[in-house]
Amino acid sequence: MNIFNILKEVEKVDPEIFDRLDPRRAVFKHFGGFGKKLAAAAIPVAFGSMLNKAYGQTGTPTVREVLEFALKLENLEYYFYKRAADTNIFASAAGKTAFTVIRDHEEDHVNFLRTAITGLGGAAPTNYTDANFDWTAKGLLGTSTFTDYPTMLAVAQAFEDTGVRAYKGAAPALMTNDAVLQAALQIHSVEARHAAHLRRMRRDMASGVATNKPWITMKDRGGLPPAFQGVYDGEEVTTQAGVNIVGTFNGIAIDANAASEAFDEPLTVAQVNTIVAPFIK
Amino acid sequence: MAKNTNSIPEQNVLQGLKNPLNRRSFLQYTGAGVAVSALLLTGCDDDDDATGTNMQGAVNLGSGDVGVLNYAYALEQLEAAFYTTVVGMANFATLFPNATERAVLMDIRNHEVAHREFFRAAITSTAASQIIPNLTPNLPASALASRASILATARTFEDLGVAAYNGAGKLLTSATFLGIAGKIVSVEARHAAEIRDMIENGTFASGPAGIRSGEIVDANGLDVALTPAQVLALAQPFIKETINASNLPTT
Repeated sequence: MNIFNILKEVEKVDPEIFDRLDPRRAVFKHFGGFGKKLAAAAIPVAFGSMLNKAYGQTGTPTVREVLEFALKLENLEYYFYKRAADTNIFASAAGKTAFTVIRDHEEDHVNFLRTAITGLGGAAPTNYTDANFDWTAKGLLGTSTFTDYPTMLAVAQAFEDTGVRAYKGAAPALMTNDAVLQAALQIHSVEARHAAHLRRMRRDMASGVATNKPWITMKDRGGLPPAFQGVYDGEEVTTQAGVNIVGTFNGIAIDANAASEAFDEPLTVAQVNTIVAPFIK
Repeated sequence: MAKNTNSIPEQNVLQGLKNPLNRRSFLQYTGAGVAVSALLLTGCDDDDDATGTNMQGAVNLGSGDVGVLNYAYALEQLEAAFYTTVVGMANFATLFPNATERAVLMDIRNHEVAHREFFRAAITSTAASQIIPNLTPNLPASALASRASILATARTFEDLGVAAYNGAGKLLTSATFLGIAGKIVSVEARHAAEIRDMIENGTFASGPAGIRSGEIVDANGLDVALTPAQVLALAQPFIKETINASNLPTT
């Protein structure tokens, strides 16, 4: 493993890596010499702490921080579905079955992430229980979360759409670790499948939101309470990497609605934490 | 019980996938693969296809990030062509009498066109000389014959798209393009879930993967991730040009 090459790779993505590591760039231009002075076994540790230091101070999370962040969200989802799937307020047996399927996936994700964090070494992953979460959302939802079917589905949709955006936002921070990045993407698309199904359930339920599609149109909440707007703010983007997606191509018109639906948008860790804060004790 | 109604279209699609594959691997073993298959494709082609380019050639995706973008562009071309054909069929409303289902398929058509046009523009601005040409879809009549066969084909394409992006993320070195891939893959997953639910409600993230052995979501709660070679083995029968992914990065 050539650590200096890895740093150079990071620099391609983050041109300021050397400045993040230390404003005295010159020191790191001689990193090769620095490395030689360390015992070989100590290099990964030193490297890890350098990256931790570099990114911990500037808002780009470490792999460990991303996985802990994901673990918190997956626990929130798991304990939500655990309670929800046990209720008998479902409009159909199919709805209860879907919640059971999703609950089991979230539990799998919790276990997978705990294993991944353990594999990174260091402190054990954080433990969560149902008692860590506030299902009234600081009183916003009262007791409706598990007693009112439309509310329960709305909370589920909000969690899933948030989860999709959270993993998407975190993915670039995992580029240094192929295995973790791929696993995160594999969880990310499962969350998107869940989101699509919950949106479908809310579209098709009695007195449902007929305009609620499996995908997100502009920043439309799909009938969720205004308090959930943060889940959708920013989804209305119609330009991607400088390319305007709106246009007419071989006679097929792509309007702003379609352009926004075709691309889901990321959220930062801070944005996600703000969204889920009412549910965390 | 519902699984039985499902198995017929699935078999059709898988059969459709297997036949051309078998033929191609047979040709490779004869040692005359390239020359003979080029002749076959030319022979099979109806010459009034005005949009066809590079009909007989192999299309090399290239290397590095641009190669990965070309790979995604190829898949998006295929998906866009499929849904454009479906919603343009004279009997579209007959095969899909439910207005919500028609709206879903129209939406997906639009999303895939948007993805295709994004890659066309992005690759052109990044490396205009390396962009692959327009590909010629090879959609068998059996894939378009009924609601069931159309949805079965759509499911293959969507699940394959998800698996392709999941496997390609680590191949990219640009954080910008990784971010874009992430923005697209979750929309493909939403498509996949809805199409699977249209086939059998509740199968959005469960049931056989179809594109590989096992379940679509495994025991760790993970979706499928496939390498470009694995994806193209399944997608190639639907594309007339031969796609060469040998220069793509592997990590």
